[in-house]
Amino acid sequence: MLISHFLIVAGLLFAIGFFGVMLRTNALVMLMSLELMLNGVNLMLVAFSRQHLNMDGALFVFFSITVAAAEVAVGLAIVVALFRKKQTVDVNAFKTLNN
Amino acid sequence: MDIFLFYFLSALTVFSAVMVTLSRNTVNGAMYMVLSLIGTAGLFAMLGAYFLAALQVLVYAGAVMVLFIFIIMLVDVDAEEKVKIGTGSLIAALIATITMSVGVFMLFYNPEWNQPLSVIVESSSIEAFGGSAKKYGALLYSKNILPIQVVGMLLLIAMVGVILISKNLFTSSTPEEVSEQGEPTES
Repeated sequence: MLISHFLIVAGLLFAIGFFGVMLRTNALVMLMSLELMLNGVNLMLVAFSRQHLNMDGALFVFFSITVAAAEVAVGLAIVVALFRKKQTVDVNAFKTLNN
Repeated sequence: MDIFLFYFLSALTVFSAVMVTLSRNTVNGAMYMVLSLIGTAGLFAMLGAYFLAALQVLVYAGAVMVLFIFIIMLVDVDAEEKVKIGTGSLIAALIATITMSVGVFMLFYNPEWNQPLSVIVESSSIEAFGGSAKKYGALLYSKNILPIQVVGMLLLIAMVGVILISKNLFTSSTPEEVSEQGEPTES
């Protein structure tokens, strides 16, 4: 098995997550797409770590998962707070700073 | 055999990721997200990082996605939302994604990366790489003791922040409430 296979899957995951963030206006789906991008980067880190038989990348993935969990908690709390204000999670409804 | 397993797992991961971004029902999207995370965990296991695969299933597919689905149930009143996707944003997203994918292919299909995975000589070295939680613990609590403490502090701060945000302290304090609390008003 080639290392480039794993790297291409990781890059595709990142690209698809980016696609979701750009395309959708639902804040929850945008958060999930952000998680997809993080997953792609995690997969790439593990692949390189395995290639060099060095544990540093795998340890970084450990920290990355922890930080992502904290990020999701805060992001979802913000989404709930925004929902209380406007009764929707569509990001197009939140353009108060626009004018 | 190995390569078939790899293709199956990566196809599962990528297909579910696409379905996350395209599904109209957010709950369906969350379910596809769980599938994608489990596929990624399988790829981790194929790379020999068994501990990370278990952690991925436990933390991501377990805790984080349960939180997601809980909030979706709380927030999404009408399940079948009308997805209004502007043509401009669709074109922009497609161009960006195709450019990124082509870039990834061109970057990783050159001879520098097109090499087989490093051969694992004996079965003890896969244990040394990432198979055992013992190795992770030994490295985390010796060389990476400062990051561990920083991450613990970060989790505490995130917890306090979430409580503050969801206590409605910042979001819906109308001017009347502010003046009731003794804050100085403009008049």
